[in-house]
Amino acid sequence: MLAYIVRRLLLAVMTVWAISVLSFMIIHLPPGDYVTSYIASMSASGSAVSEGEAQALRQQLGLDQPITIQYLKWMGLMLQGNFGMAMEWGRPVSDVIGDRLTLTMVISVAAIIFTWGIALPIGIYSAVYPYSFLDYVFTFIGFIGLAIPGFLLALVVMYVGFAWFGANVGGLFSPDFAEAPWSLEKIWDLTKHLPIPAIVLGVAGTAQLIRIMRSNLLDELRKPYVMTARARGLSEYRVVMRYPVRVALNPFVSTIGYLLPYVVSGSIIVSLVLSLPTVGPLLLKALIAQDMFLAGTIILLLGVMTVIGTFISDLLLMWVDPRIRFGRE
Amino acid sequence: MAELAAVPTVGGVAEDRIAVATQWQLIWWRFRKHKLAVGGTIVLVLFYIVALFADFFAYVDPTESEAQRSLMAPQPIHWMDEGSFRPHVYALKGTRDPLTFKRVYVPDTTRKIPVTFFGHGEPWLLLGFIPTDRHLIALEGAKPSEALFLLGTDTHGRDLWSRLMYATRTSMTIGLVSVALSLVLGVVLGGISGYFGGPIDTAIQRVIEILRSIPTIPLWMGLAAALPADWSVVQVYFAITIIISLIGWTELARVVRGRFISLKQEDFVMAAELLGCSKSRIIFRHMVPSFISHIIAATTLAIPAIIISETSLSFLGLGLRPPAISWGVLLQDAQNIQALVISPWLLFPSIAVIVAVLAFNFMGDGIRDAADPYL
Repeated sequence: MLAYIVRRLLLAVMTVWAISVLSFMIIHLPPGDYVTSYIASMSASGSAVSEGEAQALRQQLGLDQPITIQYLKWMGLMLQGNFGMAMEWGRPVSDVIGDRLTLTMVISVAAIIFTWGIALPIGIYSAVYPYSFLDYVFTFIGFIGLAIPGFLLALVVMYVGFAWFGANVGGLFSPDFAEAPWSLEKIWDLTKHLPIPAIVLGVAGTAQLIRIMRSNLLDELRKPYVMTARARGLSEYRVVMRYPVRVALNPFVSTIGYLLPYVVSGSIIVSLVLSLPTVGPLLLKALIAQDMFLAGTIILLLGVMTVIGTFISDLLLMWVDPRIRFGRE
Repeated sequence: MAELAAVPTVGGVAEDRIAVATQWQLIWWRFRKHKLAVGGTIVLVLFYIVALFADFFAYVDPTESEAQRSLMAPQPIHWMDEGSFRPHVYALKGTRDPLTFKRVYVPDTTRKIPVTFFGHGEPWLLLGFIPTDRHLIALEGAKPSEALFLLGTDTHGRDLWSRLMYATRTSMTIGLVSVALSLVLGVVLGGISGYFGGPIDTAIQRVIEILRSIPTIPLWMGLAAALPADWSVVQVYFAITIIISLIGWTELARVVRGRFISLKQEDFVMAAELLGCSKSRIIFRHMVPSFISHIIAATTLAIPAIIISETSLSFLGLGLRPPAISWGVLLQDAQNIQALVISPWLLFPSIAVIVAVLAFNFMGDGIRDAADPYL
């Protein structure tokens, strides 16, 4: 059991390292650097940047050094908890993304809770009453949910909100609270705005989990031990919920790891449509401006959170499934 | 009586047919029974016909813009005219709303524009080399000021129907090209991983795990933002397919690896080994045919994900860029919610996305069920 945890932990650390290299490479892929795109945007607005100024800016930002040195310096800063300066904003990266990162996580977690809350009961129902009318209805809705990309659903929700209710359903806060410091009222305001993004984000995952839950539970229900339990006169509730559901739950737990990157990815594009203050729109802007510290930090942190999520789901799986706990995989 | 007597023989014949049928015939018979899958396949065939002959289904140049005609509402075709079959549309007259000063178009019922099916229009090249000017819909003998907008126009006054036809070509083929790339990577790496096992397997599995644990959209965004802005449409098209298949291969590799591992233990593989078959003969002659149907199913199920990826990236402005036309590029116009409320027809391309994705899912499910009845 300890060996299992240690192995998973080592893998997690390796993954984080790989992600850091990858995100650094991605940021350095575009030709030119922040200074070139800065010069371009300055000349677009009519002011010129001299060669000397550009050189000075490069030196100040450390962009004139070789790639490997830049990477090592960046990693060194990261390990000290210093994410560098967001070049475009002239403020430390941690300042710029702090709240947004928290909100990204809040939305993702809300989406996952929604996904589970809906998928679990529906999956169980569909498996216990397969080929019933409601089962077909759920299967149909599930297919539609899978086929609609998140941003489209967000668009439709926005459209319906605007056209039918005359209200802007986007955003995470009412205008009064958007700039206000954190308070209980603000949290309550956030809670009221949370359901729409959570549903939009969770629909595709829900459709998938319903299908997984249904087929797994169907397989379990056909096994002889279920018949034994029924023959011994256990109540139907106990027959279904006590053992088969518990076994069928495994994929739920093991998919958190993959659900999290999926939801976080989705939240980026959905945030753009619903104008949510998450890291998504920020990342898009940073990538276009080639603001490497900001973009790199966001990609790295999203990756790290995903790895942590996967690690937690591994631990949970161990807790739920004794076969893993006792070293037989 | 004769018919009744024939019944058991028919059953017997059916059993005989099953006994001698090839694997592909069996799969086809089972697939045929899956109504949704057959329906999905028919829809997909239609989509690819549109992709192949987009010029025929479009009736005007998709890039031809006319600022005067921006955001015009769809024009319905009227089939009957004074009791006889003469399809036509009413010309549109632009006026100003006296209250909001917004430009609105109202049908001018006095001016009818006749619509011809399979008529002559702009010249194009069938399959790229046969010159023709036939179009599904044409306005023969119409004045330049008279135009047809079956699905309305976008903000630049370009005809949405014609654009949708060309977008179908781009989006449907991008799915195929990307999946072909993912398939090559997935089969080669998954095959190596599953057949040889050991440290190579571990290494490839770790790479897959790492790739899968990175949120895909930031990764794609980063890669797509790296494409030089001055690249041509074709260059961007292929770059995007490569970027998308970079992640797509992992799932296919997983399927292939799983199949290899389970087949390695089969008796017929050991028999082939004992008979001294070469490795490549064992793999391609004995193992591949027995799981190729699974690979086809997994591939079919991978295409809709790719279509959604391309659409999302292009929607963000990071995928294909105008003048390229794809579903995602068309949907960019719908990003502005105010414009969308005034002109909801900008959402039409999304129906194409949803139908195509559903059809692929149904077909893939059907193939998977047909290929392996025990799953």
